[in-house]
Amino acid sequence: MTATTESVAAPAAHVADHAAELAKPAVQAHGQQHPIRIYLIVWVLLFVLSACSYAVDYFDIHGLMRWFLIITFMMLKAGFIVAIFMHMAWERLALVFAILLPPLALMVFMAMMAFEGGYTNLSRLVHFATGG
Amino acid sequence: MTTDIAPAPKPLAYQRPSGIEGIFADWGSDQRSFKSASWGKAMMWIFLVSDTFVFSCFLISYMTVRMSTTVEWPHPSEIFALEMGGKKIPLILIAIMTFDLITSSGTMAMAVNYGYAKKRKAAALLMIATAFFGATFVGMQAFEWTKLILEGVRPWANPFGAAQFGSCFFMITGFHGFHVSMGVLFLLLIASKVWRGDYDYPEKRGFFTGRKGRYEIIEIMGLYWHFVDLVWVFIFALFYLW
Repeated sequence: MTATTESVAAPAAHVADHAAELAKPAVQAHGQQHPIRIYLIVWVLLFVLSACSYAVDYFDIHGLMRWFLIITFMMLKAGFIVAIFMHMAWERLALVFAILLPPLALMVFMAMMAFEGGYTNLSRLVHFATGG
Repeated sequence: MTTDIAPAPKPLAYQRPSGIEGIFADWGSDQRSFKSASWGKAMMWIFLVSDTFVFSCFLISYMTVRMSTTVEWPHPSEIFALEMGGKKIPLILIAIMTFDLITSSGTMAMAVNYGYAKKRKAAALLMIATAFFGATFVGMQAFEWTKLILEGVRPWANPFGAAQFGSCFFMITGFHGFHVSMGVLFLLLIASKVWRGDYDYPEKRGFFTGRKGRYEIIEIMGLYWHFVDLVWVFIFALFYLW
């Protein structure tokens, strides 16, 4: 009964409130709130993955296996931090793509500089060997 | 459009098309492209993307000089070993720093959660804990720098091998340490505002940082802090372990 009276008494205000609520992005209505449990799981996972990458060094693994393990653990950790701690998993794809795609250009940059570094190394080896 | 006849009043962002169709719909829509993020959060993300490029430039230059030098690269495993109980443990300080930073990320994530739950004292305390772990990290880094400088490592030369090792080390870890230090200050500032209740009582609101009921600032702060942790993941793997 009271509820009805209230809504009759101030219908315009309610409509305005509702419209304002709709105009806001959803995140302001309830925020990025997720169960604490998921943070604790990721926290433990990050600890385990860090321990694994430290173990790679501790047990002195070398060669291709070392690089493979280091890169795998690194990418897994980065993925968990971005997806869960930074809430990327719950954002809309428009933001996810705008943020995560541009850094992929770095792969091109890296390839170019690796080419450059290899060339510099080769010319140094040649010139130092020939006394130039 | 099926979205127009949805019966339950859902938040606006979730009434929009999802998936790839959603990307085009959001970017092609009027006013704003990021429907699930406020301007504050979107701007922090864009800042972090630009920061990613800065750190990438450092890491890629490190790769280039390491690939091009004909002198053997110093072994980080031995250089960062510490003597503990008469035994040399490789890279132990760096491992402790890594766990310390991950712990700070965990407390930060929980602070964000408590902020949205309007438990401001718990959120503030967790942020102070985060700042403490961050300060500890910077302290350990200062110890590490001191140790290396005393051993004769300079940006232009070092007794272990390739001269470029020093410049890469000081530049990369120094820039990261600077980020952590600024993060600690930023954390303490926001924590004190949260503790005082600046986001609950509008009469106390600060210049451009206080908005009634808006605990999103903790999440934005958290984005920066997790990014600092994220950068460390790459430095740890590419500089210390490689």
